[in-house]
Amino acid sequence: MRLRYIARKCGWALLTLWFVLTANFFLFRIMPGDPIGLLARSTRLSPEALQQQIHLFGLDQPLPQQYVTYLRQTLSGNLGVSIISGTDVSEMLGARLWPTVLLVGLGTLIAAVIGVLAGIKGGWTRGSGFDRGSLYSSLLLYATPEGWLGMLLLIVFAGSLGWFPAGGYASNSGSGAASVGDVARHLFLPVLTLALGYVGSFVIVMRSSMIDVKEEEYISTARAKGLNDATIRRHHAVPNAFLPSFTLIVLSVGFILGGAIVVETVFSWPGLGLLTYQAIKDQDYPVLEAVFLISSGAVIAANLIADIAYGYLDPRVEEV
Amino acid sequence: MSAEASSPDVTVRSLSPRQLTWRRRRDSFGRTWVLFRSNGQAMAGLIILVLFGLIAIFSPLIVSDDAVDPSMASGPPNSPPIAGYPLGTDGFGRSVLALLIVGSRVSLVVGLTATIGAVVIGATVGLVSGYYGGTKIDRVLSTLTDWFLVIPWLVLAIVLAAILGATLLNVILVIAVTSWAMTARIVRAQTLSVRTLPYVERARALGASDASIITRHVLPNVFPVIFAQAVLTVAVAVLSETTLAILGLGDPTSISWGIIIEEAFNAGAMANGYWWWMIPPGLCIIAVTLAFTMCGYALEEIFNPRLRRKEIK
Repeated sequence: MRLRYIARKCGWALLTLWFVLTANFFLFRIMPGDPIGLLARSTRLSPEALQQQIHLFGLDQPLPQQYVTYLRQTLSGNLGVSIISGTDVSEMLGARLWPTVLLVGLGTLIAAVIGVLAGIKGGWTRGSGFDRGSLYSSLLLYATPEGWLGMLLLIVFAGSLGWFPAGGYASNSGSGAASVGDVARHLFLPVLTLALGYVGSFVIVMRSSMIDVKEEEYISTARAKGLNDATIRRHHAVPNAFLPSFTLIVLSVGFILGGAIVVETVFSWPGLGLLTYQAIKDQDYPVLEAVFLISSGAVIAANLIADIAYGYLDPRVEEV
Repeated sequence: MSAEASSPDVTVRSLSPRQLTWRRRRDSFGRTWVLFRSNGQAMAGLIILVLFGLIAIFSPLIVSDDAVDPSMASGPPNSPPIAGYPLGTDGFGRSVLALLIVGSRVSLVVGLTATIGAVVIGATVGLVSGYYGGTKIDRVLSTLTDWFLVIPWLVLAIVLAAILGATLLNVILVIAVTSWAMTARIVRAQTLSVRTLPYVERARALGASDASIITRHVLPNVFPVIFAQAVLTVAVAVLSETTLAILGLGDPTSISWGIIIEEAFNAGAMANGYWWWMIPPGLCIIAVTLAFTMCGYALEEIFNPRLRRKEIK
């Protein structure tokens, strides 16, 4: 029953969301220094605004009451104010969302396309020179710290060669084609870093499922029918082998924010990741709290989408 | 672990059950070693690990504390490799080579202790959850495991590290708490199949308690899988330490490879072209991570024959 499967998955996603909300609530209330003290530390908040925030989040009430208030406020989109700048946290996140989506979206897309293609070719011709080469480079990239890789690219391509700018989103605030080119030049190295960082896992997953599928009987049948190698690969092997990679791609989209933090820091790319880095430095807990919530929410949503899509792509899933 | 005894019956009978168990373990360790030795990549990984391990253990003998004390540094600041400083110096004029040698200790200790923490949590959750498979305990523990697999680990680690404060112990704690879930899932799956084996049922029929069955009958059987997973987890832990350090969440008072990278980053190593300061710690991290991954993959292949046909060679 497909509806029951979807309902079960939705139920699980809601339960997970509740867990994240609750973890968030308690994490930020067991920290040294209570929330009121932290809010009061903020210099940008007027005493009236401070009182208003305390009241809004019920920080003057007992813990269970606070929990209920917290859930209600968070679910209605009120994430509090930054203790550094005094601005609304949801507004801060909104302003930073687009650069991150652009950066990580492009990076993931490029990594997925290259990784899946290399994995198909490598897995199909297991043990060949291409297979070994792509597998070993994947392992090497997997072992490389992303942030360090970004710094290395900066030293070589921005520092020594001077081909690309050393960071930021754009050099001049123009508009039109010139501005698009400008952003693209700033985007190149961070996207390259992310793509290199991600491509390894795509190669390994796709390769491994190609190897599995290759042993299946229907591939032997296709061979016995006299189909040529390319046809068997394209029409019989790849569609079945692609499922695990599909899940990985959807899940990586959910991990957008987590992946962006280090790379955005290294390249001063003004997205959610850099916002997180600044919040760490400033100990701006309301911002960190919101980042944790948003990034977990994205992963939960991506998981749900992957699960439901999987149910359609692979009918056997429902039986389990 | 197979049950057959490789020695003639006569000797077996003269051994006590305990001796017999240990002989069997020694034999299976020997068989594992033979398979491991025949794997070129795994052996290369092991050699790298032994090398770095020796450097880390003997680092106090190779480099004195004064050499990495910022106030005692004697070299020219931010110098490229010159005589006496084969890898150049950092902003204080400390030898980068000396920093690397001292840093190997913290990086490896953090990686190993965080892994021990993660594996103890993961194995306990996985064993209990798998042994009581299908019951309420299993459902609660499995859901908890799934949650930790879903939550973006880096963001959780950042939040925890920011709240707890940047000390070495907290870094270890944070990495352990964010990396146990995969072990738990794998150990649970393994335990689920082991608990239906006849020898476990026999132990139960003889009146063994759940705790004793788990620790004395299931754990030894699942242990190889736990060990392979632990070796792979060290690689993840070393990388996690680096990431946390680059984000300024490492312990600034102890020198690790990650901290060296962060200091180079903060000193503007990219804009100023201090490649000798920034590149070597990254290469050390890659070497160690790759070595642990190679060894882990090899052990996984040996202990899980279903994987063996996917061998690279």
